[in-house]
Amino acid sequence: MKPFTQHDGLVAPMDRANVDTDLMVPKQFLKSIRRSGFGPNLFDELRYLDEGEPDSDNSLRPLNPGFPLNCARYQGASILVARENFGCGSSREHAAWAMEDFGFRAVIAPSFADIFRSNALKNGILPIALSSSQVEQLFTEMYAEEGYRLIIDLEACALVLPSGDQWPFEVDPFRRECLLKGLDDIGITLERAEAIRSFERGHRKRFPWLFKDIAL
Amino acid sequence: MAQTLYDKLWNAHLVEQRDDGTALIYIDRHLLHEVTSPQAFEGLKLAGRSLWRRSANLAVPDHNVSTLKAERAGGLGALPDEVSRLQLQTLDDNCLAFDVAEIPLNDVRQGIVHVMGPEQGAVLPGMTVVCGDSHTSTHGAAGALAQGIGTSEVEHVMATQCLIQRKMKNFRIEVTGTLQPGVAAKDVALAIIGEIGTAGGTGFAIEFCGAAIRGLTMEGRMTLCNMAIEAGARCGLVAVDDVTLDYFRDKPFAPSGDDWARAEGWWRTLHSDEGASFERTLRIDGEGIDPHVTWGTSPEMVTSVNGCVPTLADMPDETSRLGLTRALEYMGLEEGTPVSDIRPDAIFIGSCTNSRIEDLRSAAEVLRGRRIASNIRKALVVPGSGLVKAQAEAEGLDRIFLDAGMEWREPGCSMCLAMNADRLMPGERCASTSNRNFEGRQGNGGRTHLVSPAMAAAAAVAGHFVAVDSLDSEGATA
Repeated sequence: MKPFTQHDGLVAPMDRANVDTDLMVPKQFLKSIRRSGFGPNLFDELRYLDEGEPDSDNSLRPLNPGFPLNCARYQGASILVARENFGCGSSREHAAWAMEDFGFRAVIAPSFADIFRSNALKNGILPIALSSSQVEQLFTEMYAEEGYRLIIDLEACALVLPSGDQWPFEVDPFRRECLLKGLDDIGITLERAEAIRSFERGHRKRFPWLFKDIAL
Repeated sequence: MAQTLYDKLWNAHLVEQRDDGTALIYIDRHLLHEVTSPQAFEGLKLAGRSLWRRSANLAVPDHNVSTLKAERAGGLGALPDEVSRLQLQTLDDNCLAFDVAEIPLNDVRQGIVHVMGPEQGAVLPGMTVVCGDSHTSTHGAAGALAQGIGTSEVEHVMATQCLIQRKMKNFRIEVTGTLQPGVAAKDVALAIIGEIGTAGGTGFAIEFCGAAIRGLTMEGRMTLCNMAIEAGARCGLVAVDDVTLDYFRDKPFAPSGDDWARAEGWWRTLHSDEGASFERTLRIDGEGIDPHVTWGTSPEMVTSVNGCVPTLADMPDETSRLGLTRALEYMGLEEGTPVSDIRPDAIFIGSCTNSRIEDLRSAAEVLRGRRIASNIRKALVVPGSGLVKAQAEAEGLDRIFLDAGMEWREPGCSMCLAMNADRLMPGERCASTSNRNFEGRQGNGGRTHLVSPAMAAAAAVAGHFVAVDSLDSEGATA
């Protein structure tokens, strides 16, 4: 995972509540057995006017001119601002992979669905929850000013606005550490292998039926 | 100290609690399918890691399989969709390489992972269960701590047998009284989501309790816990009782003999203690729940079959007005339309929410001796597993569906998420027993109305949404 310390990025709007992971990556693209290459299909049904297939040449597809991510002023955006309950629905990590592949490093919304939040953090994307009024202010400022940028300072857990205002935000301390250092969860957990083994021995004694082999 | 059911399950699987608030939680059962596992297996291979405990894993193909008998007859290698075939083949290859037990495509036990798991007793009360699928919450019906995870977590569980988590908060939803005839677990789930919203359960483990829940079968409880994720909760739970034990007693991988007696001793403790504390509680009058129909593009956009699509004037703020406008446009509906005026073009009976034998029985009961209405262009019945299919055929339910003019398919996820060829065309409107009515979920431009199996069957017969008990009096298409 790419470390995340400080990020200065262009901001784009996703002005709706309950953005679900089906909307972020439609099902036909889940047939891929790879982890990369989902960026061109992020928000596929909103972004293009035709129906995309896994083998489509996306560069030839008609773009929806009304979709913000297609507008010139939001090209190169790396921070997405959205409404409540961002990332609800399916657990598909493809949604986080698509965000990452597209170039997003952070999503700002009043609230996030649990599984998406976890998937995002494991892919170097920072979900930042702010109050609804703060999010409203970001929408207003972004719509008013082309080239609107924010600085995310993860060391200080602060969002720096163009005005110079700093808004503190909260991140799980463990996840913050992982992001700052670009750490791999599995490596961290395997350092505790002895503790897991010891727990497992006790668990097996207490619940032996859980450890039976599945003979099909 | 009095503990909730969730507290008990958490404590029994707590490997270690860390100072930063996270914990390592031991996982008893890991279910796998073809869509969210290939990248995890590849991650293991690239890092040179192996499975921590091979026997904890059980795989089955479901999301991407064809539901047509003719297409499946030649086995995996003969499936027509090349991209799907590669994904399914990759699951087989990975299971072989890592020696993971897999129920293959044309095995009678194959089916939707959340139907197969409990059916085989591969999921049991008191277990921690994970799967790279958000509807893993289904298994909470067994009194198991079951949650959906992403692919990074799939790989983490494969390599360490643990999840890194923070403890969730406790949310108790009590449904009192007895449900009215014609009202099913699906209606309870939709009524709850209508009440608390799709983010109402975010950060919580929801325990469903009360007389109406005790009165549900295991199948009904699975439907309810399945939809916990649509209320934002990663897991739903129901306490263990006789219904639970009777369900699991003869399952193939359930313990037997002395092991069963020991297991039962522990399972009998799997309920919230008197006086246990919940951060949030909600009580709903079960007798007051009507059959429900979603009208919009989020499961919280739901109302009684006797209700109407809301109006802009009903909306409290600008974001909800915008949401309503967008949903109505997508759904091709006018504000204030009575639900009973909505006419579906398609019917889907299936999915991990409603494809178990009880679901098929309740739909068949409505359809017996009737035909689907002339405006219904396609009607699929997709049993949740090969065993559900066989049971339904033994009871003659397949004949009822076929005689009514419906298709009787092979098991799989099918038109719930439309990864395979079973999908809606743009603008097509479906009465569906699945779990999500998101834009494009059942096919690009498709319009989904979530309902119970009996309600889907009633809509099929009447050609519009209608309560089952009004179907007879209506008479028109009977």
